[in-house]
Amino acid sequence: MLSKRIIPCLDIKDGRTVKGTNFVNLRDAGDPVELGALYAKQGADELVFLDITATVEKRKTLSELANRIAHHINIPFTVGGGISSVEDVNVLLQNGADKISVNTAAFKKPQLINELAKEFGSQCVVLAIDTRKEDDGEWYVYLNGGRTKTEMKCVDWAKQAVELGAGEILLTSMNHDGTKQGFALDITRTLSTLLPVPVIASGGGGTMEHFVTVFNEGKADAALAASIFHFKEIAIPELKQFLFENNIPVRILQENINK
Amino acid sequence: MNLVIIKYNAGNIQSVLYALERIGLEAKVTDNVEQIRSADKVIFPGVGEASSAMRYLKERKLDEVIKNLAQPVLGICLGMQLMCRFSEENNVNCLHIFDEDVKLFKQVVKQQAGNIKIPQIGWNNIYDLKTDLFNAVPEDSYTYFVHSYYAALGAHTIATTNYIIPYSSALHKNNFYGVQFHPEKSADTGEQILRNFIERCN
Repeated sequence: MLSKRIIPCLDIKDGRTVKGTNFVNLRDAGDPVELGALYAKQGADELVFLDITATVEKRKTLSELANRIAHHINIPFTVGGGISSVEDVNVLLQNGADKISVNTAAFKKPQLINELAKEFGSQCVVLAIDTRKEDDGEWYVYLNGGRTKTEMKCVDWAKQAVELGAGEILLTSMNHDGTKQGFALDITRTLSTLLPVPVIASGGGGTMEHFVTVFNEGKADAALAASIFHFKEIAIPELKQFLFENNIPVRILQENINK
Repeated sequence: MNLVIIKYNAGNIQSVLYALERIGLEAKVTDNVEQIRSADKVIFPGVGEASSAMRYLKERKLDEVIKNLAQPVLGICLGMQLMCRFSEENNVNCLHIFDEDVKLFKQVVKQQAGNIKIPQIGWNNIYDLKTDLFNAVPEDSYTYFVHSYYAALGAHTIATTNYIIPYSSALHKNNFYGVQFHPEKSADTGEQILRNFIERCN
């Protein structure tokens, strides 16, 4: 049976892992390749590396990082952060990234998704959406790391992006991100049941029960979290075991069985 | 060990090369016919689209070369699908090493569980494991899959996976092996399978 995926996310700045609360107040949590390899060993199903560096050197740093990751890590990984062209993606895939994620650049130029899907296949095109539920009860798309509001509804953008060729949706609820109060179940379920592609839920995972709920009620295909893993509040083997005991199909490593 | 990875217009070649490096093996990435023919073992990787890949292989006469290889060959993902008889992906005749056909997963809507997504992306079990390719790999081990098309079950099936229906997650005939999943991305299980191909498959 296809298993539900647990995906640690590593935010990268100047080659180091960082994670903030509600996208500010960054804290340092170590070397991304070492941390990624540790998660892979512990049973993480995939890794996401998001580069939040804003310098001109960034592109080269990111491709070098992708290359190091590809050499050292034996599970799939996605690289994102400021990707805006077919050439950006080509360099990252050539350096061993399995998938790339696009966000703001794809929103500003939706045709980019189509170009990427045609050139490299939908399977490596992840559309990241930062979304916030407003007072009118609707979920809106935000850009530029959550700093810029748009008038586009999350559902409409996700539908359009999948039609253009996005192969997966990485959905981050800004209302929930950093709160550790649980994932956004309503919008996750809406997208996951509406769209023919997998939905990765992100933002708000704080307890192991939250992960059970996002799979059972949110119908997520995968769940992503960062600081709870980086600061060892939840260990991946225990999380997998807990999900397994709650009848969620997960990949349990052989060496962790019967422990 | 003279190990060759066939170079063609498909992705994931670097990933396979790095995975071999991690288990201490060097490989040459080449589309040179003589280098492929003289290799001890050949890996035929691939992420991409079947008809354009077949066209590329034919233009370079690599289709005949691959079919006639006598040393062990391991096809991965699209590589395995191209070793089948026919693919529904733009309806193309493939290498016909395996008699099985490659078909598109059909969308099924389950009311409780949400849609079954296509492509299948993620970790799934492999079972009914046969041949030394799966030496020391327990039944129901998880491997990583990304695909919309699948090879049907048949006489050459040596591993089965369920997604919508049971299908061939690995095939074997004579010196030819193929896996639908990505051993290069399947953690320790994948490394064991790559090692088995190198050390045990003839």
